[in-house]
Amino acid sequence: MEAVIFFLAAIGAIGGAVGVVALQNPFYSVLALVAHLFSLAALFLLLTAAFVAAAQVVVYAGAVMVLYVFVVAYVGGGGEPVADPIHGQRFLGILVASILFIELSVAVLGSALLALETEGPKVPAGFGDPAAVGRLLLEKFLLPFEASSILLLIAAVGAIVLAQRKRESEPQEGVSGPV
Amino acid sequence: MNIEWYIVLSALLFGIGAVGILVRRSPMVILLCLELMLNAGNLALVAFSREVGNQQGQVFALVVMVIAACEVVVGLGLIVAIFRRKLPLNVDDLRELRG
Repeated sequence: MEAVIFFLAAIGAIGGAVGVVALQNPFYSVLALVAHLFSLAALFLLLTAAFVAAAQVVVYAGAVMVLYVFVVAYVGGGGEPVADPIHGQRFLGILVASILFIELSVAVLGSALLALETEGPKVPAGFGDPAAVGRLLLEKFLLPFEASSILLLIAAVGAIVLAQRKRESEPQEGVSGPV
Repeated sequence: MNIEWYIVLSALLFGIGAVGILVRRSPMVILLCLELMLNAGNLALVAFSREVGNQQGQVFALVVMVIAACEVVVGLGLIVAIFRRKLPLNVDDLRELRG
């Protein structure tokens, strides 16, 4: 049963990822990424990471993807040229990424981590649930938690500054105004 | 399921994301492919945390999610700024910073 769910979720994840790369319309790419994220959440549940799976669905597939959809609707999709600036770029890209995949697989599977061939140790019932992860976040990893929240605040302020409308008093693009 | 299946799947998803970054030209799709690569890293972190039987890898995955959200917010802000200035949304045309 576990193997069936794993392969279904893995096919969903790979299909979503290929869809993101291959679809020409960015709107469809975003929808493919949502499907990919839901499949990944199923994989996280199989790995007994319930809180990470819930955060994946709520934060990623919920909030971040809505932001993407808004920006794609505002900017408009398409208009990507079909011709490659470098001759054979598509083929070279796929070749380099295949080499990367093979190298990563060899590096991890050839390592001395014997526990890779097992399903992992038996874990207690509360492994990875919100209470356990929250305790870790607020006790052992309090400083990284606070640092990441400040980083999120800085990113939000930066996005507002980047995307705001230009004020009238600012000099025009490419014209040197009064300093 | 053995943990190595998850690791190989994560390496495959990372490779697919790398193809997208190398091949696509729209900055929005490149951001989406970055998300793919970050999520592949997340899957590897959670799989290793299950292999060791330790929940600290899941905290790492949550922090990676926060970083990905920051990257998306700043990247989409840049895309909106590029669009407002009527510049082309194509990374081959946006090459003024190239030496």
